[in-house]
Amino acid sequence: MSALGELRTITKRTGRESAVDKRARTRDSKVAAVFLAPWIVGLLGITVGPMLVSLYLSFTDYNLLQNPNFTGLDNIQRMLGDERLAASLRVTFTYVLVSVPLQLIVALAIAVLLDRGLRALPLYRSIFYLPSLLGSSVAVAVLWRLVFGGEGLLNSFLGLLGIQGPAWVSNPDTALSTLILLHVWTFGSPMVIFLAGLRQIPREFYEAASTDGASRRRQFTSITLPLLSPIIFFNLVLGIIGAFQSFTQAFIISGGSGGPADSTLFFSLYLYQEGFANFRMGYASALAWLLLLIIGAFTALNFWISKFWVFYND
Amino acid sequence: MHRATDRSRRAEQPAEKTPRRLTPAGVLVPALKHAVLIIVALVMIYPLLWMIASSLRPNDEIFTSPGLFVDTFDPSHYPQGWTALSPPFSTYLINSGIVVLGSVIGNLVSCSLAAYAFARLNFRFRTVAFIAMLVAIMLPVHVLIIPQYVIFAQLGWINTYLPLILPKFLATDAFFIFLMVQFIRGIPKELDEAARIDGAGHFRIFGQIMLPLMVPALATTAIFTFIWTWNDFFTQLIFVTKPDLRTVPVALRSFIDAQSISDYGALFAMSIVSLIPLFLVFLFGQRFLLRGIATTGGK
Repeated sequence: MSALGELRTITKRTGRESAVDKRARTRDSKVAAVFLAPWIVGLLGITVGPMLVSLYLSFTDYNLLQNPNFTGLDNIQRMLGDERLAASLRVTFTYVLVSVPLQLIVALAIAVLLDRGLRALPLYRSIFYLPSLLGSSVAVAVLWRLVFGGEGLLNSFLGLLGIQGPAWVSNPDTALSTLILLHVWTFGSPMVIFLAGLRQIPREFYEAASTDGASRRRQFTSITLPLLSPIIFFNLVLGIIGAFQSFTQAFIISGGSGGPADSTLFFSLYLYQEGFANFRMGYASALAWLLLLIIGAFTALNFWISKFWVFYND
Repeated sequence: MHRATDRSRRAEQPAEKTPRRLTPAGVLVPALKHAVLIIVALVMIYPLLWMIASSLRPNDEIFTSPGLFVDTFDPSHYPQGWTALSPPFSTYLINSGIVVLGSVIGNLVSCSLAAYAFARLNFRFRTVAFIAMLVAIMLPVHVLIIPQYVIFAQLGWINTYLPLILPKFLATDAFFIFLMVQFIRGIPKELDEAARIDGAGHFRIFGQIMLPLMVPALATTAIFTFIWTWNDFFTQLIFVTKPDLRTVPVALRSFIDAQSISDYGALFAMSIVSLIPLFLVFLFGQRFLLRGIATTGGK
């Protein structure tokens, strides 16, 4: 079961513990404290503590050199009139809403193609999986920049066909598309999850369906999709959370600027610029909390919508 | 392993029952599938192969040759790229190696301890703690990075590897705790109970029974930590600015700036060097990687 599935069941589970449980619990608590000590220190010192600090900094003006200066809601007011923020939100939302579903569709399609006892499955799986290992590296971003540059690989191919392609990465109309393509290129990791999920579907379901004369397409929509829906949901939620935080590729491809014309200004890139290039730590903290709220809202929305389409067999 | 044999048996059965494979559709459909898959596979790895080919070509041929065949073999980009920055590239590889090694050890120690507690101990606030751990998996790093920077700067830790390694010793990569909890749950409880009856405490059970059985989960953790840390650019960019301390991703970025985009061959060569460790991990650790993703769904 995934971390998400676990969260789902835990919040549903209720029940009273027995007296024996309680006794065991007090005995174990001391031992558990030792086993959990690093995690507790980390949770408080590296996670919860900094989160609270960042919440406080959100309401201040802070440049690292002077003490933070409490400015109330100034940062929020500033956000409302911030055109680059608006641009970065547009870019990020477009990226998330296009690249995540697109990647999952490709992953699912390839997984279904691979599933039915195809020969050479391990070889295909390895080849398809490889890009998701390398995809977040600086080296691949470098490669992307040169494949989609004005004189890049893509255009030399198009040149052979007599087509003069644009400089994809330095054209505001196409730069974001190259990043979306890069995300789709890394479909291997959700594909592996889909493959594992497909394996769990009993073959008998398909055999029964084909005896009853159901077409392949019907089998896909009536058996595969519903039984796979928890895994699609899982991939979707984590894919969205991950895509909102994308940084490296846009940073390298745009040379850190988010350009051309802010067309690849991912939210995290803008946050980095504000915090670590302009040293507006207060405003950057406010941006970080905005990102957290957006991701939280998206995840909650996803869970709510999932009631209507995710089928749990339990 | 079991699964694989199960699967192939299952896949062969219907073929025996019905001679579907001998009909025209039975031959054509798999052939079509292979054709689609081969094309997709080629398109996907072509850029990588082209990068390798380009790193072995003279600069003026890189953008005029979209093919993979190297006309003029020229390996000089590698020594050029290696020494293009000061210090040379070997320093960055060692630096990344130090950060990766520290992170791997940190995650193995801290996450396995926490996982044992969550999976086998019954303590107060367990459910609350467990939920906190699961939620932390999904927390974006951006909310933490600014205050972390402020705190680490005050401790004088900027331009050391402490901000990169220390959090791993404090189990902040909660994903791996979860992965190990899942794994421990699959180990029969009778094993611990037998040991308890023999008078073993939790620390002995953890060290002598659990850890040896957890080797596959530990391997998955080590491999994922390796890959994520090796690729991590965001935190390394923020915490490491001194040239001598740069890690591979940060050095590659400086390389792009320094070369001002003229010596593409050298840039490609060093990019490939930076990917080699990932290839090796992929080659030797694929089994653990795939199992890790398949059972818990990656990150």
